Amino acid sequence: MAMMTVVEAVRSTLDEEMARDDRIFLLGEDVEAGGVFRATDGLHAKYGERVIDSPLAESSIIGISIGAAHYGLRPVAEIQFADFIHSGFDQLCSEASRWSYRTNGDSFLPMVVRAPWGGGVHGGQHHSQSIEAYYAHMPGIKVVAPAFPADFRSLLKAAIADPNPVLFLEHKRIYRLIKQEMEGAPAETQLSKARVTRKGSDLTIFAYGFMLHESLGAAETLSGEGIDCTVVDLLTLNPLDKETILESAKATGKVLIVHEDTLTGGLGGEIAAIIAEHAFEYLDAPIRRLAGPDVPSMPYHHAMEEFFMPNREKIAAAARELAAY
Amino acid sequence: MSATRTRRTRSKETIDDYLLSEHQLEEMYYHMLLARRLNERMLAMNRQGRAPFVIAGAGQEAAQVGAAMALRKGVDYVAPYYRDLGVNLVLGMTAREAMLNLLGKRDDPNGHGKQMPAHWGHRERTVVTQSSVVTTQFLHATGIALAAKLRKDPIVVLTSCGEGSTSKGDFHEALNFSAVHKLPVIFFVENNGYAITESTEKSLPVENVADRARGYGIQSAVVDGMDCVAVYQTVRPSVDQARNGGGPYLIEARCYRLWPHSSDDDDTRYRPKKELEEWIKKDPLTLFRARVETDGIFPKEDLDEIEQRVAEEVRDAAQWAMMQPDPEPEDALTFVYKELD
Repeated sequence: MAMMTVVEAVRSTLDEEMARDDRIFLLGEDVEAGGVFRATDGLHAKYGERVIDSPLAESSIIGISIGAAHYGLRPVAEIQFADFIHSGFDQLCSEASRWSYRTNGDSFLPMVVRAPWGGGVHGGQHHSQSIEAYYAHMPGIKVVAPAFPADFRSLLKAAIADPNPVLFLEHKRIYRLIKQEMEGAPAETQLSKARVTRKGSDLTIFAYGFMLHESLGAAETLSGEGIDCTVVDLLTLNPLDKETILESAKATGKVLIVHEDTLTGGLGGEIAAIIAEHAFEYLDAPIRRLAGPDVPSMPYHHAMEEFFMPNREKIAAAARELAAY
Repeated sequence: MSATRTRRTRSKETIDDYLLSEHQLEEMYYHMLLARRLNERMLAMNRQGRAPFVIAGAGQEAAQVGAAMALRKGVDYVAPYYRDLGVNLVLGMTAREAMLNLLGKRDDPNGHGKQMPAHWGHRERTVVTQSSVVTTQFLHATGIALAAKLRKDPIVVLTSCGEGSTSKGDFHEALNFSAVHKLPVIFFVENNGYAITESTEKSLPVENVADRARGYGIQSAVVDGMDCVAVYQTVRPSVDQARNGGGPYLIEARCYRLWPHSSDDDDTRYRPKKELEEWIKKDPLTLFRARVETDGIFPKEDLDEIEQRVAEEVRDAAQWAMMQPDPEPEDALTFVYKELD
């Protein structure tokens, strides 16, 4: 297999899966023309009526996917920007998440909702957001946010195969920024598994999406200063891989959690609580969170956008302080 | 269905191709009556402290039974709303299951004690599981119809709601999408005059719910929802048309909520007494019985026999259901995620 970007990995995986299983169909805005990020490029020409443009109505994209999945098809819906998913919140959280629960597994929903998310793309307040915490709070939905092309490929396959609704988050900044030789690359094939991407003894950085790459960059810088970091790619945000989180926290005794979502109520709080509850005696320093500031959303101007986003320098600075504690 | 001799009914909306056999007429009366008597017993059990909550369909039985009888059982899908006991009885729910549902018993096939009463769902009977959030099911129905169209399965999906629900976005998104894709969906609106305390003029700026369909290029009809035969004869052709690729259809059944919103509601606070008295005269059960008697379709003794049979069935169901096992407390933790076999 060749070098692939994230968006190429998504597109080729959708193609491969659709060729394998004719129950899979795509539904979303502009998907027939290939989508605004080209993730469905060429698929309408190849699969015809199985690639369906939806009206601009996100609740319908998700609600209709629920019906189709209930009937036995395998919808892969696309929300054009994760920022617009909330008009489908009701369908995801009041309906999809409980389909199995309220029927005791008699009915279930093998459906995927793909959504480009995240900032650093000059997208302003409504094309930059991190929406994962709202949905990761909801038992019954799985939330996935990979960082490397090979994981996008293997976890998209896992999401399609899963009998539960999966929110599959694709960070916009890394769609074309990150390339990877797919042959032999590590690829997680199971949902709810985190991966230790880099191993070090001084502290653990937990991150996902674009921030995983920034954390790896920071770890590289720090290794030159004699600070060895473990970097854990969370991959699945709900349900969290508590075992890997606790193992790494216990092994290093110091923990830095990084996300570009705003601080309060973000996933960092949950990860910190898991560690505080179950690995308190192993900690050598207070748990540190580095996150977006508590403002409603990412502002547009590049100076404010950069101020909002964590990056490798900010991560390195926070890690240095933590290492010195 | 063992059709015996058929005869023309006197409904104004009679359509010659959709005559009903006596057998079907008897089935109609039986299901309407069973729904009403079950609801009455449920309310009594609520007042006795045996059931925490009842939400009923009294006054809407003709609409529900007439619509459901126009479908192919176990083939066509139904995404109902909470008042649709009558729909579910036609599709195969037993009186005993209805009582299990009321009491939140372990073996209630609808919600297994996890759902409030009257939140229906039964996969084998092609009844789609529902929540308390109104009109979300319109999109589920649309999705099922889309899937069936992709698979070229000749099925129809009927989804229902009250008139209050037609103000919600999902109602409009479902009508829009199903019209764009010409999907086989019947949107069945049981206009019962009230959304809890709000009478229709508070949410409907047009005369009929059916008028809303026009904006989406969807065919629609208004039918007397107190007349079971008329409802059947309106829904049935729309179902056949949808099955043959004719696209969606909206049917508004004008009925009336004869009871308060739920067992927790006091409708005397907001409903004019005179209005209720007028509608009681149009009670669908009374109307149906009077008509089949006058027409000489069933002798009085036959109707009394059905009444006795239903009374016995309801008594048995209530007593039986109360003896059935409750869920274990820890069952609260089960089936959050579906596991692959």
